[in-house]
Amino acid sequence: MRDLFGVVMLFGIYSLLTAALFMDLDAVDVAFTEAAVGAGVSTILLLSSLRLVGRHEKPHKHNPLLPLIVVGLTGAALIYGVSDAPLVGDPNAPAHQHVAPRYLNEGPQETGIPNVVTAVLASYRGYDTLGETVVVFTAGLAVLLLLGVTGTARQRDFGSDDDRKVQRQVVKTLIPYIMLFALYVQFHGDFGAGGGFQAGVIFAVGFVLYDLVFGHAHSRKVLPAQHLIRFGALGVLIYGGVGLYSLLVGKNFLDYTALAQDPVHGQHIGILLVELGVGLAVFSVITLIYSTFANRKVAQ
Amino acid sequence: MSLTSGLFNYWGAIILMMAGFWVVVAQNNLVKKLVGLGLFQASVFIFYISIGKVADGAPPIHDPAVALYSNPLPHVLILTAIVVGVATTAVGLGLIVRIHEAYRTVEEDEIHALDVEDDEDGEGSGRT
Repeated sequence: MRDLFGVVMLFGIYSLLTAALFMDLDAVDVAFTEAAVGAGVSTILLLSSLRLVGRHEKPHKHNPLLPLIVVGLTGAALIYGVSDAPLVGDPNAPAHQHVAPRYLNEGPQETGIPNVVTAVLASYRGYDTLGETVVVFTAGLAVLLLLGVTGTARQRDFGSDDDRKVQRQVVKTLIPYIMLFALYVQFHGDFGAGGGFQAGVIFAVGFVLYDLVFGHAHSRKVLPAQHLIRFGALGVLIYGGVGLYSLLVGKNFLDYTALAQDPVHGQHIGILLVELGVGLAVFSVITLIYSTFANRKVAQ
Repeated sequence: MSLTSGLFNYWGAIILMMAGFWVVVAQNNLVKKLVGLGLFQASVFIFYISIGKVADGAPPIHDPAVALYSNPLPHVLILTAIVVGVATTAVGLGLIVRIHEAYRTVEEDEIHALDVEDDEDGEGSGRT
């Protein structure tokens, strides 16, 4: 396929189908994330970079034989390698033996929240998640360093206001609900599918939609780029701050029992704060990355 | 469940992974390579999530009426990996945009040819 627009669109559909597959495999939180990130944000990012690098691929003459042999051999080796792997759905598979039963049996009592995925994410494996939040933030910084924040908003030709009347009305009606839904996902993540990662992405999608339809000059007025980077840093700070606070009162790093007298109540507050930090960091980084790509001038 | 049908999740993930791998090594366009990397990445996600599935299990959200849940651990790992994945993809796209600005192309062979040309000039200054 020479037209990269088609490639990107197919990739978005692939992501959406993957999300449906995750749903079928009981991974509701993951399906949620994949649908919002894979089918939403990454498609938008790929499209906005196609604007910068051109959407048509040049034809090239390459002998596909060597890559085909390498890929075929690797695939055959992998197929051979999984031939004695545990069967799908086997409840006695090694993956289900170690810590997973503990999370499932003790998690709801120890943390007081029913969604075990959120409990593991924000409490049991809080170190991992802190690391990942820092990675997301660092990636945002890397994109800024590569492409820079342009001071002046690029003027896009939107035609007259009448051209987009229907789009603008529809988006205007939708955005409050998107934002409300993002907040619901953020704060209901303890009880159902959702959490900081998904909420951050959905919130960012709301802003991206606004930017796409109303133009960058408008969205800059709502939320300038220099604030976004501060929000991102604030998100990481909230997360790290919870850890440091528990250190200061004499507990271990990220030990949420330091936050309240009652350990379960402490877990509640800790998970809420940490998810808030994650949501804020993810939202600002995704929005920032989008606006960086959208603002970059096309090279002449 | 017979032996062959119980391994189909691995085979599916491997086929998708090899498709992504092939795009990365055989395609010439950098954006296509990045999409291939995304394909590869998603196949690893499918691999992990399918490992976490327990037959007749429920999604791991506590419910007094449910006794058997799927494994929540792979879900947590992949959930964060997806968001980190899009952030790193954005870094890759940023690099591609900069390469395009420096070389005026995102085709690998043309970039290589320009690099060889630069070397033969003996300037050693590289591109900015």
